[in-house]
Amino acid sequence: MLAQQLANGVLLGATYALFALGFTLMFGVLRVINLTYGFYFSAGAFLSLALTKGLGLGIWTALPIAAIGAGVIAVVIDFLLLTRLRRRPTAELDSLMATLGGVLALYAVMTAWLGPDIRRLPPDLISADAIVIAGLRITEAQLLILGATIVLVAALLALMRGTRLGLGIRAMAEKPDAAGLMGINIARTTALVSFLSGTLAGAGGVLIGLNFNAIEPYMGEQMMLRGFVVIIVGGLGDISGALIAGVALGIIEVLTAGYLSSGLKEAVAFSILVIVLWTRPQGLFGRAVVRRA
Amino acid sequence: MTIPDWLDDFLWTYQNLIHDLGINGLLALAMYVVLAVGQLSLGQAAFMGLGAYSSALLTLKLKLPFLIVLPASCVVPILFALAIGVPTLRLSGVYLAIATIGLGEVLRAVYINVDLFGGALGINGIPESAETWMIFGLLAAATVALWLVGRSYIGRAMEAMREDATAAAAMGVNVARYQLAALVTSAMLAGLAGALSAHVSSFIGPNEYGFDRAVTILSFALLGGIGNPFAPVAGAWFLTLLPEAMRDLPEVRLALNGIIIVLIVLFLPRGLLGWRMKRRAA
Repeated sequence: MLAQQLANGVLLGATYALFALGFTLMFGVLRVINLTYGFYFSAGAFLSLALTKGLGLGIWTALPIAAIGAGVIAVVIDFLLLTRLRRRPTAELDSLMATLGGVLALYAVMTAWLGPDIRRLPPDLISADAIVIAGLRITEAQLLILGATIVLVAALLALMRGTRLGLGIRAMAEKPDAAGLMGINIARTTALVSFLSGTLAGAGGVLIGLNFNAIEPYMGEQMMLRGFVVIIVGGLGDISGALIAGVALGIIEVLTAGYLSSGLKEAVAFSILVIVLWTRPQGLFGRAVVRRA
Repeated sequence: MTIPDWLDDFLWTYQNLIHDLGINGLLALAMYVVLAVGQLSLGQAAFMGLGAYSSALLTLKLKLPFLIVLPASCVVPILFALAIGVPTLRLSGVYLAIATIGLGEVLRAVYINVDLFGGALGINGIPESAETWMIFGLLAAATVALWLVGRSYIGRAMEAMREDATAAAAMGVNVARYQLAALVTSAMLAGLAGALSAHVSSFIGPNEYGFDRAVTILSFALLGGIGNPFAPVAGAWFLTLLPEAMRDLPEVRLALNGIIIVLIVLFLPRGLLGWRMKRRAA
């Protein structure tokens, strides 16, 4: 029983990690908390719904297309909302407010357009069978989530550590002005980071939609709370911290739901956030640099 | 006190709207206090909910008189503000925003799942003991108090840290202390607003203090501007009166609030009424 719950927790946590990864990447490089991020999650889920139900695609083709679609949406929205603010002295607060207003408008429009009801993916999209490994029941959807998460994280790390594009992103995270002087195209790198994080959010939306088989406009907003907890606990801008904290949060949520009450999941997650802020604001793994006023 | 019949009719017909004007004005001030020191707290809706729930429980379970309940309803919001504010205000501005943005949704889950708070049905039968004059008296008192503070040397310090916290700290302003005081004041005002709203409508529910309301409160303050305390109240009144025409279209109202925030932040960062308070030279 406990082992089964731990396995479910790790699989749930894998999606939290995937979601938080894009969020923390965006903060690490662009130095803004982008609150529209949750919308890209919802957008990915709805795109996958349109692709599978509308066009009859399978999950293997729908997942990458929906994720990339969410990435493109992210590039456009981030450009519209954040470009003007980047050079302001109060950019940090202004971009928080602009993206907050933006995301509220986006959700409201999405709800007015698509309706507030919970939608379901076609039932034959993925088999509901479970595979039993060492006494643990794991559904195919969960396996897909784990596989996709591993592939995406590995691809992101390879891009960041092994390519010139990744070098540019890391240089920009270090010092944007100096990176610009070294010939890195700041506007293009910014768009690339928006695209990458939007893609990760979109993929997370498809996978969570698949796991719980429930897609609705505000699903991204519920995910954002987890995103906040994970990036604070892991350390703002810390990629490996986000991975570990994401999986840990998944386990804690499953255990809370199993032994306490599923209605208190959010409260437990939030308490962890506050405790970490009191004790280790630089994140549990302590490598992220916290700028003190 | 006798009031003319036409005024009596008017007050009766638009009672709810008039109460909303006063309560939203208080909420706008709660937002203003924090923005005025260069911080962003998105917990005002949550603080309001804590004030509403604690006041309702004090009235119904302990049978306390309203004049004791009202100030007591600030206690729980202030405790939450301290728990979140003390660690985050030492850090950069994004931490307070992140830590408060989820608070409303977290508390909603708690209200729904804990029997004491009435679950999904909320709490009914709260006596309507808050009078219109109390709401507007408190709003006027708070506005004048914040205006006086804003004109004093404290206001100068607040403006300095809003423009550049590091420079203000270098000039000897105790930035963290002012910011914490601002957050506590904000929680107090929002708690009062919550207690008043609970005691004019006789019913409170778990879904009234979530993300939507948090963002709506922010749009009040941003539309008016944060140069002086009258501006956010005016912003709140404008946005409270405006959507009367589209009460049946909640999504449109939300979208409008969101778009207002975006446009103001991008193109009109001082708000519509951005004049600054006059101060004598130090």
